[in-house]
Amino acid sequence: MKFGVVVFPGSNCDHDAYHVISKVLGQPVDFIWHGQATLGEYDAVILPGGFSYGDYLRAGALARFSPIMGAVREFAARGGFVLGICNGFQILCESGLLPGALMRNRGRRFLCQFVHVRVEATDTPFTHLYRGGQVLYLPIAHGEGNYYCDPETLAELRNERRIVFRYCDAEGNVTEAANPNGSLDNIAGICNRERNVLGMMPHPERASEEILGSSDGRLLFHSLALVLAAMTRG
Amino acid sequence: MKATVHVTLKRSVLDPQGQAIHHAVRTLGYEGIREIRQGKYFEIELEDAISPERARALLEQLARDVLANPVLEEYWVEVPVQEEER
Repeated sequence: MKFGVVVFPGSNCDHDAYHVISKVLGQPVDFIWHGQATLGEYDAVILPGGFSYGDYLRAGALARFSPIMGAVREFAARGGFVLGICNGFQILCESGLLPGALMRNRGRRFLCQFVHVRVEATDTPFTHLYRGGQVLYLPIAHGEGNYYCDPETLAELRNERRIVFRYCDAEGNVTEAANPNGSLDNIAGICNRERNVLGMMPHPERASEEILGSSDGRLLFHSLALVLAAMTRG
Repeated sequence: MKATVHVTLKRSVLDPQGQAIHHAVRTLGYEGIREIRQGKYFEIELEDAISPERARALLEQLARDVLANPVLEEYWVEVPVQEEER
């Protein structure tokens, strides 16, 4: 099993992701420079957080045209696992690998804080070790995390159970007050129809060790590793 | 030939920056301003050989594919009418 972490100019959570895979999960992982046009032999690819291309034009808008993204798109189409965190989620939306878009936070401010999110779908390779409805304590750090899509897309996401995480309070109630950025339906993370591509604004890689204030993100990486291990054995 | 592309958030999409500017403008005492919505403006210098029709088609595609995100934004392209033959 091998993980890859794509590095765009302006990525700044690439080392966090690398650290979690190599040290917490104990699995092989490489950095992949965005200028490469091909992916090597990877089982899962992480698009990390940061400010690719300085967020010029729109967050994630220019990273979408990096040479590596063609290979990531093919990888995803073949069923490869792709996890986009924060800026990675923005890039996935701009690329059309996930529907919708991430707008400026409703309150205009950059938000850097811990939030609670509820696990809404456990039938994904990223979340199967969580309990349905489990409340996770994860950090967010973004200026453009306000998820938006048209009503038809939202209905589709609901019907296909593709809303994976929603902002909630500590008790797991999904309320307007618990919505940090104005996201439609408190959406914090969604997956594609085939469930092999996940985008999320909170940072599980920054919350996988107790010393960082929470280890609630760790099961996401363990979930993925377990699926990959089973596939390798199979 | 210089063409322009304007990109704004769709009417149905909240524009918190525009609202903040409007709020500040009201605080400054400007009267009679109902709403401010912020957008982007691109000045695009085109090669001389390109016809206005071709330029329009090119920029429509550029706006759709790159400059605007159609999920959130709308755009319009302005190409100057052809200058008279010299």
